[in-house]
Order: sequence, then structure tokens, then C-alpha cells
Amino acid sequence: MPVSCRLCGGSAILKRPKTGDALCKDCFFSAFEAEIHQTILDAELFKKGERVAVGASGGKDSTVLAYIMKLLNERHDYGLDIVLLSVDEGITGYRDDSLETVKRNQMQYDLPLKIVSYEELYGWTMDAIVKQIGLKSNCTFCGVFRRQALDRGALLVKADKIVTGHNADDIAETVIMNVLRGDVARLRRCTAITTGADGALPRCKPFKYTYEKEIVMYAYFKKLDYFSTECIYSPNAYRGHARTYLKDLEKIRPSSIIDIIHSGESLSIKKDVKMPTQGTCTRCGYISSRPLCKACVLLEGLNKGLPKLGIGKEHKERKKLALLQAQSFNQTIEPATSANVTTESSTPSSSSIAGANTVPQRIDF
Amino acid sequence: MAAPMDTLKSHESGSDGLSIRLEFSGGAELLFDKIKKHDITLDTSNGSNWNIRRLISWIKDNLLKERPELFVQNNTVRPGILVLVNDADWELVGELDYNLQADDRIVFISTLHGG
Repeated sequence: MPVSCRLCGGSAILKRPKTGDALCKDCFFSAFEAEIHQTILDAELFKKGERVAVGASGGKDSTVLAYIMKLLNERHDYGLDIVLLSVDEGITGYRDDSLETVKRNQMQYDLPLKIVSYEELYGWTMDAIVKQIGLKSNCTFCGVFRRQALDRGALLVKADKIVTGHNADDIAETVIMNVLRGDVARLRRCTAITTGADGALPRCKPFKYTYEKEIVMYAYFKKLDYFSTECIYSPNAYRGHARTYLKDLEKIRPSSIIDIIHSGESLSIKKDVKMPTQGTCTRCGYISSRPLCKACVLLEGLNKGLPKLGIGKEHKERKKLALLQAQSFNQTIEPATSANVTTESSTPSSSSIAGANTVPQRIDF
Repeated sequence: MAAPMDTLKSHESGSDGLSIRLEFSGGAELLFDKIKKHDITLDTSNGSNWNIRRLISWIKDNLLKERPELFVQNNTVRPGILVLVNDADWELVGELDYNLQADDRIVFISTLHGG
């Protein structure tokens, strides 16, 4: 007893999680593509003539994103110049394999590809970082470095914008995580379809309302070539729990995912809640709410053999940095009075910290 | 890239058995020795029906190589694993209660693996 397509009466292949509609393959393809096109139009994500870097990992979301961006760009004459941009974290047996998938996508979709590596940007591969710090907190390093690496890569290819494959499930998961952490500033930002327009390059998420199930089904029926594996350095455990919770909710009521995003969008923050102000990193120029951006703090820790520097509570981190700074003052400026050194040390400036082997190249964001 | 061990014959097809094809992808194959396609024959000698509920428990006992909790939970597949019956969403054909037919192709795709 085959179920028939709600739109054309053909043989249905999928029950849509968002609507509950049963659709045939062709009607699913057109609904999926049309909705993403509509999201792009409604949010005015692009302007004609822009160069758009697609953050491409070789995984399901970014593979489908690259395919869809090319398809919609041609079908609706967006007039975009699309580039694939990949980050090589330097994880043997994981990223090197997935980068092969991106290279195949580059040929299949006939799009230019740029790969930037942690090694060239920071002087450290993730393999080397894990050797130094072990398997705790390594995801923090990777996450912070990846975010900047995409921006740096996009600037290198002179892109106007970055698009990423974050889907509705990812965003709902981030809302839950920010609620659990009480991170009000991120909670407010995380449902925005475009972020970073004020500082670095704008980033957009054309899949903001697209369910992961549909992305995977689309890839399956279109026979798109993607890579799926687990990172060998154990997945982010906290996010894993949030994901499991979300998938359990989706099973009971599929609309949960969109509902959580809607809750995130509808939150308003009381006026008297203090928000961090966005400035720029005094060392590398990247957007940061503190004098030094997280990547520079993490990198400094690595280079000084204090890898835990950027991990953990903020006040502890600052104390350690102040201590480090005081030490380097004492070493470099011998005759300075020690009173001067200890009182100034809570706000580090780029000139006062010596000894970092690798400082990310300064780029004007 | 077709791996040499892409297809595994778990059982020789006998005269009284239900032969079906199983496929694991999207990362689910990692729990099955990275083998994506399995042609299997289910025992029908006692005349009972095979539905997907029973199949999942059979897979757990006979094919799963590691970390079973990443595939099976509460006698069904873990939420986040998509199931297709002859290229149709199992939600359209009764999910666990679907009765397997000869030569059915059942695909399990994990959505839980990043990239």
C-alpha cells in the first residue's frame, strides 16, 4: 500500500518532518530547493556580483550546500561568484580523507577551491596540539581556530561573505546549549541568519530552517558524494548530549526543532543585562570582546607551554595571563619598578608580551 | 572507491529463508566493520513473520560490531538514524511494524556524524 505524494499523486518517498507531508522524489526536490531559495530572498542574503565562500568540509551539510548554491545561483541568476573554502585542521586520518571529498566536489561542481591550514595560520596542527594538551579541551582549540581560519581564508580569496551549512538542527542545538550555559550574549546572536556583519566578514546560514533529515535525504536521492566519520579526537561531549536530547524530542514531535529556533528568535533580553562590547584583538585585529581574542590567548598558552591558559574560568585565565605578563616584563625590562608592572598587568597589550613563537598574521578585518 | 569487502554474504541463501539487502551509510557503517552492504537471509523455518522490529534485534545480535548503543536504543534505531525501505522513508510504511518482503532493500543512514 504505497503512500501517494500529496502534491502530484505519485509514489511518495519521504515524510517531511516540518509539515508531515508525504512527497515523491521530484516534489521533494523542488520543495527543498524552493524553500532555501525563499530563505535566501526573504533574508536578502546576497547581492549580485558578490563573491561567496562556501565553508566546505566534505561532510553532508556543506556538500549539499555547495551543490544547492551552485544550482540556485544558476537557476535564479543570483550573479554570485562561488568559491569553496576548506580548513585543514591537521588531523591525520580524519581531515585528510574528508579533504579528498572536497577536492572531488570541486571537480564535480566545477568550483574553485581554497584550503587554509592551522599549520600555516597558527604554526600548530591539531595533531600537535593534542600531543601537547591531551584529549581534554582539544575541541575548544579546534573550534576557536576554525572560526578564525574560515574568516582568514575568505579574506585571502577576497570573498564578500561566507556561507556555512549549519542547519535547523544545529541551530536548535546551539540554542539549547546557550540556555544551559546561561550564555545570554550568544543566545541572542545564535539564531541570526547572518552574523558578524559589523566586524569580520558576514556569515550566513541558508539552511537555517532546513532539517537535517531532509538534507541527508536530499544527498541520498541526489547521490551526492559526501564524507562521514567521527573525528578521531572524540566528539564534543556536551554538544553530543544536547544533540541526543534534540533527536529524542524530534522523534516525539518533529516540529520541536523549528519551535526551539522560534523560541530563540523571540527572546528579548532585558535592557539592564550587561552585554560584552565587541572590539578588536590588540594583537591580530580579529573581532573580540576582550583585549586579546580567544585564539591569541590559546596560541600564547601553547607557545609558552601553558596550554590550559585559555581554558576554564575567565578570572583564572586573566590571573595567569597577568602573571605571565609580569614575568615577561621583568625579563625584558630589567630596571622597571615592580609596582608599575603589577598594577598595569590586567590589560595586556601586544607590545608587552614577548616570547610567542607564532603570532597569527595580522589581517585587517 | 569500492572497497574489496563492500558486500558481505552473511548467510548462504537457503530455500526456506527471507533474503534481503541491508545497507549502512552516513557513518552507520563504522559500527559494522565499515562494510556498507550486507546480503542476508533470515530464518523463516518456524513460519513467523519478519518485521523491522525483529530485524533490528537480529542486526544487533548478528551484525553489530561495536558500540551497539549508537545504533539500537529501546528496541528501535537510535533517533537520528534514518531508515528507508526500498528507497522510501520507513515513516511511510509503518516503521517497526513493516513486514519484510523477499528482496527488500533496507537502508540505514546516520545523520549523527559530522563532517
